[in-house]
Amino acid sequence: MLRFIKDNMATIDGVEIFPIISLVIFVAFFTGMLWWVMKVDKKKVEEMSNLPLTED
Amino acid sequence: MELEKFSYDNKIVKKFAFATMIWSLVAMLVGLTIALQLVFPEMLGGISFLSFGRLRPLHTNAIIFAFVGNGIFTGVYYSLQRLLKARMWNDKLSNINFWGWQLIIVCAALTLPFGITTGKEYAELEWWIDIMIALIWVSFGVNMIGTILTRRVRQMYVAIWFFIATFVTVAMLHIFNSFELPISFLKSYSWYSGVQDALVQWWYGHNAVAFFLTTPYLGLMYYFIPKAVNRPVFSYRLSIIHFWALIFLYIWAGPHHLLYSSLPDWAQTLGIVFSVMLIAPSWGGMLNGLLTMRGAWDRVRDSSALKFFVVAITCYGMATFEGPLLSLKNVNVVSHFTDWTIAHVHVGGMGWNGMFTFGMLYWLFPKLWNTKLHSEKLANFHFWIATLGILFWVVPMYWAGFVQGLMWQEFHPDGTLVYKEFLDTAVQLKPMFMLRSFGGLLFIIGAVVGVINLFKTAARGNLIANEEVEAPPLLPENTKKARKEHWHSKIEKRPVKFIVFALVAVAIGGIVQIIPVSIVDSNIPTISSVKPYTPLELEGRDIYIREGCYNCHSQMIRPLRFETERYGEYSKAGEFVYDHPFQWGSKRTGPDLAREGGKYPDAWHYKHLQNPGAEDGVSPGSFMPAYQWLIDSDLDVSLTEKKISAMRTLGVPYAEGYESVALEELQNQADEIASNIVEGILIDGSEEEKAMEKEVLKTKEIVALIAYLQRLGKDIKAEPKEEKE
Repeated sequence: MLRFIKDNMATIDGVEIFPIISLVIFVAFFTGMLWWVMKVDKKKVEEMSNLPLTED
Repeated sequence: MELEKFSYDNKIVKKFAFATMIWSLVAMLVGLTIALQLVFPEMLGGISFLSFGRLRPLHTNAIIFAFVGNGIFTGVYYSLQRLLKARMWNDKLSNINFWGWQLIIVCAALTLPFGITTGKEYAELEWWIDIMIALIWVSFGVNMIGTILTRRVRQMYVAIWFFIATFVTVAMLHIFNSFELPISFLKSYSWYSGVQDALVQWWYGHNAVAFFLTTPYLGLMYYFIPKAVNRPVFSYRLSIIHFWALIFLYIWAGPHHLLYSSLPDWAQTLGIVFSVMLIAPSWGGMLNGLLTMRGAWDRVRDSSALKFFVVAITCYGMATFEGPLLSLKNVNVVSHFTDWTIAHVHVGGMGWNGMFTFGMLYWLFPKLWNTKLHSEKLANFHFWIATLGILFWVVPMYWAGFVQGLMWQEFHPDGTLVYKEFLDTAVQLKPMFMLRSFGGLLFIIGAVVGVINLFKTAARGNLIANEEVEAPPLLPENTKKARKEHWHSKIEKRPVKFIVFALVAVAIGGIVQIIPVSIVDSNIPTISSVKPYTPLELEGRDIYIREGCYNCHSQMIRPLRFETERYGEYSKAGEFVYDHPFQWGSKRTGPDLAREGGKYPDAWHYKHLQNPGAEDGVSPGSFMPAYQWLIDSDLDVSLTEKKISAMRTLGVPYAEGYESVALEELQNQADEIASNIVEGILIDGSEEEKAMEKEVLKTKEIVALIAYLQRLGKDIKAEPKEEKE
């Protein structure tokens, strides 16, 4: 089964760059997320955390 | 704004809750049975479908998919509707989800004890049940996403993120791990072999823990704990970091189940690194849960539900602290293959999932039936006896694991092993096994009391089948304002994008680990002396899988001195290339079998399988069960040819047309082994007697199994000789 992926992947030019790209994506994603978590408006956080309690 | 009237579907919640309760008792009783079997191997009278090897998968599958699975659905169907202020999208799908899931469980109960299994841990169900699981799981996902899309609350609360990640990841894991080639309705072979199969399997196995036993329950934690203490979660910001870090890191950690195995080193290291990092989000989440109760501790005294939650989260903290610890190579050397692992999973299973589920039910039932809990006293009793049960269960097992792990490593000053015989270390554990059974019994008594209490609560109230509520509809957003928002705020409101992000986060880990192992040839160096199994060995291997031998025996010798001294040369990746599925195992209740071939004569194996622990037998004191039915039943060769063809399809190099001679070869080999056995067991018998016995024996299943056992490790033993020549 994996040989189908293997054959195709192995023929891609510059396949080595893929892990680097994924690393960059993830670092960027987590930085963005942390940035947002830190600066997010307090009112909004409160609103979000009260979601389970406002249902009834 | 005008309010819309609608209702929450509580009936489906009730159905899942009842199923959770009933299956919990069944799953735990099977667990107690197999625990007792390790102390009294013949207590069920040597009946094939009640043997340890077949019941153990039933226990694990029942706990994971029947008990916890129904627990997940109970909690999700209740909380999702309320968090989104919407009824489940489609009642029919809800019911398909319910009945389909119960049907799967019944199918599992009707196949596993009869040896119908794929032989891959926690994924033992055969191919058509796998397809059912995929369909039912997708029906759940579609219903959930439909509900999310028709919601009346713009932002998706963090619990829902966890539910989404659960759905997406479990679907991915299940589908990729279940690629198998069906031979018949009741038999299939894993598409992957050896090292690749092991990697995919533990990528699945580890993440079944992560995304079936953990993330959905974390979602439920983020909902039910704030509800139970009536205050918001301690830190919503922390929950966001918790979510993304957890799902991203978890998926990489699978290889920590394969440390010191034949898996390439880089993959093992990757697994260790991510496992150690996992402690951060895990503990972040645990503290977030516990701290939500800050200032409300006085309520813990009066609320049985909260007591269960506190122990559940504490156990989660312990298990997730221990997990990274067990992933360190120096700890793993001691813990791996011992009862330490078993203790670890039971802290999670009984403590985290078990206690949380019952806490949730104690909180839910009075709400659903609009009444009070039948008896707080009984609930308290349940709590204490269950907590005590966990302690009685895990402490002896930690001890057992630790003691045995160290005994395996003990050397005399002259460099020989102190416990050369595996059995000498195993028999020491009996008192611990007894205590563990007692702990299990306590836990079950608690569960029975709990179930009665909950049913009585339901009986005294009236189910609010459709809970009428009203809420304003969700109006289109002010796009100008929305455009300015941070991207994370946006995806919280856009479920489809959110699903894509979550999928990307979990898919990367699998891709980066699994694809290179199959792409780069140097990851699995081939060994020229490793040849495909003979037809009889192949049939024997299928019996080995059917009987669940892998539940107690590993086929993986680690490259450590105490391992090679006891079992022989360490295992290499190239040895397993024809193993569909791999049978490395994860626990040694008995010794490793990777080099079993040629260690004992055929007749020894015959006597051993007939009555392993007999006082006058070949390994007195052994608590392996007797396998009389292998001597009584004829080997079914109706599928042998098909099996050969299937193996060729999967890449095993059987010559074209080999099928036509396969049965003849099988019979010749069976003849030979039967002769050897007869010569060994009827030493003083007449030639006539021997000939008669051989005629009977050569068609029996035991001959095939012995052929397989005698093959194990033979190829590698043949290799150095070739080099010398």
